[in-house]
Formats: sequence, structure tokens, C-alpha cells
Amino acid sequence: MGLEEKIPDSIILTSMDKMVNWARKRSMWPFGFGLACCAIEMMSTFASHFDLARFGMEVMRPSPRQADLMIVAGRVSAKMAPVVKRLYDQMPNPKWVISMGACASCGGIFNNYAIIQGVDKIIPVDIYVPGCPPRPEQLIEGIMKLFEKIQKESLSPKKEAANKLTA
Amino acid sequence: MEEKIREFLKAKFPGAIIREDNFRGQQSIYIRKEFLFDICKALFDNRELDFIFLADICSLDWLGQPDESDGRFEVIYNLYSFKHKYRLLLKVKLSGVDPKIDSLTSIWQTANWLEREVFDLMGIIFVGHPDLRKIVTADDLDGYPLRKDFPLTYEVPQFSFNKDEPPEVIL
Repeated sequence: MGLEEKIPDSIILTSMDKMVNWARKRSMWPFGFGLACCAIEMMSTFASHFDLARFGMEVMRPSPRQADLMIVAGRVSAKMAPVVKRLYDQMPNPKWVISMGACASCGGIFNNYAIIQGVDKIIPVDIYVPGCPPRPEQLIEGIMKLFEKIQKESLSPKKEAANKLTA
Repeated sequence: MEEKIREFLKAKFPGAIIREDNFRGQQSIYIRKEFLFDICKALFDNRELDFIFLADICSLDWLGQPDESDGRFEVIYNLYSFKHKYRLLLKVKLSGVDPKIDSLTSIWQTANWLEREVFDLMGIIFVGHPDLRKIVTADDLDGYPLRKDFPLTYEVPQFSFNKDEPPEVIL
């Protein structure tokens, strides 16, 4: 938001923190990066039965420039890795990453020359959702945990550094 | 059908067939490397046998097995004839050092990508191929993954019985 550099530490920032974090988490636009089978479970999470739009994720933007949450759903092969990195770099700050499924978290059952053993080898991940594939309820639980993590974030750089040490 | 093929090949190319094999109804013929292109062209042009469909080209690595004695690599051509509904496998053994074989792209255009895949994964050079380069693996992968001396995985998954040992690389 640009506020982080300009406003020094002051009392007004504590309630400002809460408001900004609430606004950010309740209106996240996901960039669903469905690569393999986990994409089906992600699609069913966005569908009407387990609706993700009630959490504010109304639109699933296909363009990384307009998204702030990247859900890496599925196995990342060595050929696809530079593409994932480039798309992550194209997302504007603030951005978060959820690695969905076993293959995105740690390589899953594929332990060979072609699959990257976990997407956190190329991009920083906030929440790991295990499962093969994780049920929609599990993905929603992962998103809830991400909301809790965002709520603890802070606009002032001192508090943010302290958060990084403890979280 | 096997009789017709055998007579045809013996008449036109004496000495090309090394041996024949029949496994559960699937006929395969081991032929010598030099005769491969001519045999394929003859089978393709012959309107009586009519082997016009090249279904697949695959390759094997016999490293460490008894079959390595007459060649480390084996290339299998999967030919199908619609007229007789008959599938024939042509097998060619190549040596492990500098494996080269003729390309069949002038007979079947589909051999272009099939041979590129065999080159990418096993390292067998196809002489006369218009554009031999990697097709399946990542661009920065060195080596040929499906050979037996390429490492299989990075590390062994950690279970309770081996969690105290350091992770090892399986070859």
C-alpha cells in the first residue's frame, strides 16, 4: 500500500493494522495455478457446493498481475519450473502462496529426475496443504490458517521483523 | 501370416533375420542393423502384406542382463497391417558404444517425433534424421534418463526403520 515506508511507529498504527489486514484477507483474488489432479479438487472448492466466494475469493484471475494468492495445485515438473518462477515474479506485492497437495509440498510419490521435489525450492510458500488430493474442506482449512497468518501481519517494519522471527 | 512374412523376407533379404520369437501370440523378428531401412521400405511398399502403420518405436537397455551379449541397446519397431489385422515387432540390437541406426523418417513421417523421444531418453543417434533434439525432458537435464546407469531417485523416503540413517542415492 505504500504506507509501510512513510508512517513511523505510532499508536494509530495498531488499529490501522487490523483494518488493513482484514481488508486484505477478506478480498483476496486467487490465481489458481492448477497443474495436475489437485486442480480438480481446487475447481470443486470454487464451485457451488464448497463455495470459496463466501470468503471473498469471488474472481479467480487468470492473470498474475491481478491476483494476490497463488495456489500451486499439482506436481511441478522441471520443464514447468521457470514458468512458475516467472509468474510468481509477475504478481504484485502483497502476495501469498499456498502449496496444495503432496506433490507441490514435497514431490509427492514422484521422486525422480522430472519432478521438482516441492515447489518451495523455487518460490517461498506460506501454507502447505497435504493430501493426495486434499479434500475441499482441507483446502478451506488451509485458507483459514492463511487468514490467521495474515491477521498477525503488521504495517510497521519493526513489528514485521519480530513476526518473522516468531512465526 | 508368419509364413508369408518369413518367405518374403528370406526371398528378398537372405541373411537378414537373426532369429524369431513368439511370446503369447506376439511375433517379433530380430534383424540385422544394415537391413533395417530396406526391410521397412519393402514391407511398406508390398501391397500383399501391407504394413503401412508404424505404431511405436521403443528402446531397451540390457545393461547387466544376459541379453547384453549381442548388444546393449535394443530398438523395437511396432508395425501394424490393417489389411490382415496383424502386428509385427522388428527388433534391432545395437552396441553400447556409439549406438547409431538409420532413421525411418523418409518412409513414415511419424517416425520423426518417435525417434526424437528415443534419442532424448536413451541416447541412440538416428542417422539421417532431419531435426534430432530433445523433446520430452527439461532443457537443462544432462544425460539420458532411461538408461540403467542414470540415478533413479534423489534419496530414499524416510520411514521409521531408516530414519536414523542419512538419506542415500539409489542408482
